[in-house]
Order: sequence, then structure tokens, then C-alpha cells
Amino acid sequence: MESLEILNQVTRIFRDVLDNPGIVLAHETTADDVDDWDSLTHIQLVVAIEKHFKLRFAAAEISSWKNVGEMCEVIGKRV
Amino acid sequence: MLTYQQLRKNLKKDFSGLRVVRLALLGDSATQMYAQAIRGYGFEVSLNIEVFEADYNQIERQIFDPESELYRFRPEVVVIFKCTRKLMQRFGNCTPENRFEWSQTVLGEVQELYETLLARLHGNVLFCNFPELDDAVFGHYANKTNASFLYQLRTLNWGLMNLAQKLKNLHILDFNVLQSRYGYGFITDTKIYVNTELYLSIDFLPIAARHTVDVLQSLLGKFKKCLILDLDNTLWGGIIGDDGMENIQLGDLGIGKAFTELQLWAKQLKQRGIILAVCSKNDEAVAREPFEKHPDMVLRLDDIAVFVASWNNKADSIMEIQQILNIGFDSMVFLDDNPFERNMVRTHIPAITVPELPDDPAEYMDYLRTLNLFETASFTRDDDGRTEKYQQEARREGLKKQFTNETEFLKSLNMVAAVEPFNAFNTPRVAQLTQRSNQFNLRTIRYTEEDIQQLANDPDCLPLSFTLEDKYGDYGLISTVILRKHTTHSAFIDTWIMSCRVLKRSMEHFVLNTLVNRAAESGFTSLVGEYIATPKNAMVEDHFQRLGFRPEGSFWTLLLKDYQPKECYITPKIHA
Repeated sequence: MESLEILNQVTRIFRDVLDNPGIVLAHETTADDVDDWDSLTHIQLVVAIEKHFKLRFAAAEISSWKNVGEMCEVIGKRV
Repeated sequence: MLTYQQLRKNLKKDFSGLRVVRLALLGDSATQMYAQAIRGYGFEVSLNIEVFEADYNQIERQIFDPESELYRFRPEVVVIFKCTRKLMQRFGNCTPENRFEWSQTVLGEVQELYETLLARLHGNVLFCNFPELDDAVFGHYANKTNASFLYQLRTLNWGLMNLAQKLKNLHILDFNVLQSRYGYGFITDTKIYVNTELYLSIDFLPIAARHTVDVLQSLLGKFKKCLILDLDNTLWGGIIGDDGMENIQLGDLGIGKAFTELQLWAKQLKQRGIILAVCSKNDEAVAREPFEKHPDMVLRLDDIAVFVASWNNKADSIMEIQQILNIGFDSMVFLDDNPFERNMVRTHIPAITVPELPDDPAEYMDYLRTLNLFETASFTRDDDGRTEKYQQEARREGLKKQFTNETEFLKSLNMVAAVEPFNAFNTPRVAQLTQRSNQFNLRTIRYTEEDIQQLANDPDCLPLSFTLEDKYGDYGLISTVILRKHTTHSAFIDTWIMSCRVLKRSMEHFVLNTLVNRAAESGFTSLVGEYIATPKNAMVEDHFQRLGFRPEGSFWTLLLKDYQPKECYITPKIHA
């Protein structure tokens, strides 16, 4: 899957889970840049992304991403 | 079923005007999401559940420290959630010689937590039991030695049940049963637990929250009292009017089994005190025939409190049932295989619960069992006789039609009432009455059995219970009044409750006559009453006025010296 396509799909998941249609993500985006993206909603996002892309992250991966780009990179390797 | 995300969205909604309940959640894993799910689910059932959540792993500190935030929060319910993985770790770390009696150690700790809590606050404790997990140390041999984790875990869960029977305000939230239904891999997401200490998975949280709130609601006195059953293709397979009694499907063969299982479930509910009613579009004689003659019927006519078979629409029939039973629609469940009838009833009677039965009768019971429709906070032996009481009521209604004069009718019933203080025999029923009664209830104060025991021994209280019987049968304990010393001269009516089964029997006059006598004997010169309005007790809005009390601010006063005994047709029972 194209990296841009992954970013688009991840953006849609963020908008849905965080209930905020105005969210725009870039590879450099971090949790500080997005309202309501905290340690709890992070878990919801992880589960929603796993379901959507039909993949499983490893325990260590979940907390290792520095930004959206690193998250998308892992997704890209699996799908 | 709602998703966690939907429950979370509820948190932003308007909770004002909803009934407030204060709940404390203490866990040995991270419980933030569980707390949010409970509050979010509360909104679905019109509760504003204020959740106090301790930082993780603070159970003991919060409970043993009398100055803790927990006690400042003054919770009505405390939920304690410990997870099996932590328990397993603890077991593994203890020395082998301490493993044989390990479950007793843990049970002792649970009891200590409970007793400390109850000594410092007034409320209920919900303890989550432990979903079973084998540590794979002994294999199947774990069943054959008390040194195994599995043996100790099962003993622990069994011990919790025994503890809950002994400690009145301890209730068990059965996570073990939920895990056997949904599976370990569903209720917990190992990776997220390892990473974040959140033990319950996002998909399971709404289910955990629903069951928690189910128990909470039953403690608040909100639960189902009546199951209304359709007949054709619900209670048996086939159409009795077309197929005839010999051809309906019932019994041990094929699909008949599904209907027999459903009947057996209904029968057990009836034995537990749930009222059964029938609502069917049929000729009455045809509909009754299987109940009288079919050898494979589990339910018989004497199991059914109200039997309505007619060609009227079902919403009207259910309203007829409601009038006879005199209970709220929100305490009724209606089962029907036909989607049209279900929707019709839902549209006309929104408060009633109408499960969306699966198309295939083979799946009825599996589906119904997941709904947890009949949660309860109490069970007494008296519950078993309830159906008979409603049947007696139907006979009284029949007799009433023969009398044009109400007084003559009441006299003909030969009513006898017994007045007793609270004692060991009537305590469970008195507590239950304070928990269940919503309509004829002046102040709607709920009491547990322990509260009732305390009241019985309080020198400033005069608690009274009333039973009633007539020529058709025994109503049992149907009214209770608690008088409290208000000033030296006046007694305050803290509680006045009467079962709606005995409305219009002049029972409230009998009760007031008794109150006036007892209060005078205790040296009081007046009675003071108060009416606290709830959405359900409008029936007694004018209660004190009708009985001749005079308004004084928001209270009502009756001077004993002016009192003329009220007319009633009930004789006091003289004890042998």
C-alpha cells in the first residue's frame, strides 16, 4: 500500500476515534499536536488501526513511535 | 451492544437531572477506561454515576487509611477489581509451603477489606471474582493437588460465594462467568496489559460496564419483575390454532427441545419470584389447552399469573396485564418471535423491554442468557408464592364485581392483619419491601437487612410491620412503617410503605389507627409526616392530607388527642 494511502486511512481512523473531523495528520505529527490524543485514546487508536488493517502490533511497538510517520512505517511493512 | 467509543462519547452528554450515584472503583490494574465505560453506560440507563477512581494499585491504602480520598468521596458502592494475572504472579512468588491454604489467606484479606469499608461508610461492596486461568505448572494434575494455582483459584471463587452469603452488603461481579462466555483472548488484550496495565480489552469494556451497572441498578431497586410470553413459536413450535395440540413442537425431539428449554427457564424464574403472564393472539380455550393437557409442557396454568388470549392488539393486552399486576412497564419483559408484534409493543409502550429474539428458536436461550435480564439484589423464600398471590387477586376481582357496594365487599373478605416489630423472621422481607416498593412509598428510603436489624434495636425507633390475610389467602407482609423520635413529643414517620396489592382494602386506615395507638403508648402527642416526590410515587402525593394531617411547611402533622379512629374492615390478629 502507498505510504500516502496509509496516512489517509490512519487519518480517517483518528478522526473517527477522537470524534474530530478537523484532524489533519502528517508524518511529523506527534501526540502533542492533536487534541485528546493521550495515553488512553492512544490505546483506542492502536486497537482501531489493528482492526482496520487486520494486523497485530507487538507490545514493544505500541509505545515506541515518536510520530505518525513511524506508526505508518510499521503498518506499511505489514500490509 | 454499544462500543467503548460510543460510551466514551456519552461522557460529553448532559447528565443534569439524572439520578446521581457515587461509585468508587479500586483496582490493582489501570482502571481509567473501565471507569469511563461505567459512567458512559450509566447514561444509557439514566444514571449519573459519579466515579471516584483511585490511582492504580491503591486498594489497601484507600481502604485502610481512614483519611483517604475514598472516604471523603462517600461512595454508595465500592467496586473492587483485582485481576487474575496479578493473583497468579503473587501465588508464584509465595513459598511452596504457604500454597496449600493460600485461598484462605486471600479470602481473609477480602473479608478484612469489606469489614473495614463497612465500618466507615454506608454502602455496598461489589467484588469482581477471578476469571479462571491455568498457570500450566501441573497440567490436568492441578485438579488432583491443592498445591496448584488452579485449585486455589477455584477454592477462592467458591469461597467468595460463601462470603457473599454471609456478608449482606458484599456482592460478587462474576467476571469468571463472563470469561467463560467470551473467552480469555476476548476479555483481555495481553499486549495492552503488558504495555499499559489496562487489563480489560476495549471490546470487552462495554460488557463489563453493562454487568456492573446491572448489579448497581438492582441494588438501587430497579429490576424486572414480570415476564410476558407469546405462545405460538415462542413457547412451543407451530401454530396451535392451525396445527392442533398434538402437532405442536415440544419435548425432547429436534426443535421441540429449544422450546422446552425456554419453558424450563421461565419456570425457574417463576420459582424465583418473577411473575409470568401470557399474551397471545388466539382463542382462549385453544390457547389454554396445551397448559392443561400436553404431556411435554413444563409450564402449567398455575404458573401463569395472568393469561390473556384474544384477538386484540398486543399493546392493549399488555396494558390489561399491567393494570391487573399494578407494576411499572419498565419492570416488564415481553418475549415474542414475531418482529411485527415486537415493534408494535415497543412503539406503544417504550418503557417495556422487548428482546430481539433470533430467527432460529434453537438460538433463543443462548441469546437470552447473554442479556442478563433478571438481575436481582435479593431472594427470599416468600418470592416463590408470588404467582399464587396474583391469582388470588384475580379471584377477588371476580368477587368484587358481584358487590355493588364497596363496603359490603370489603366486609365479605374477612380480613385479618398482624402487627409485629422487626425480628429475625421478617427482616429479609422488610428490607426487600424498602428496596422494591416505588409507588406507595412516602419517602423512598432504601434499607439493607443490616440497616433493618439496627433499626430494630434502636431505642429511638418504633418499627412496625403488617401482614394481611383474607378468606382467599395470605398476602404476607405487605406494609411497614418506621417511626423515629423527632422531639420529646412528636414521632416522625421515617418510612411508610405499602404493597400495591392491598390498595383499596382500607389497610392504610388500619395502619394509621395502629400508629396513633402505639405513638400514644410511647408518650408522643403528635405524628409528623413527609412526602418526598419521585417519578413513581405520585399515588401518595395527597396521602397525609387524605388521612387528616395538617400541612406545616413541607411537613404534615397529626395531633393524637383529636384523632378519631378511621373506619376499616380489618380485624387485628391476636397472637396465641
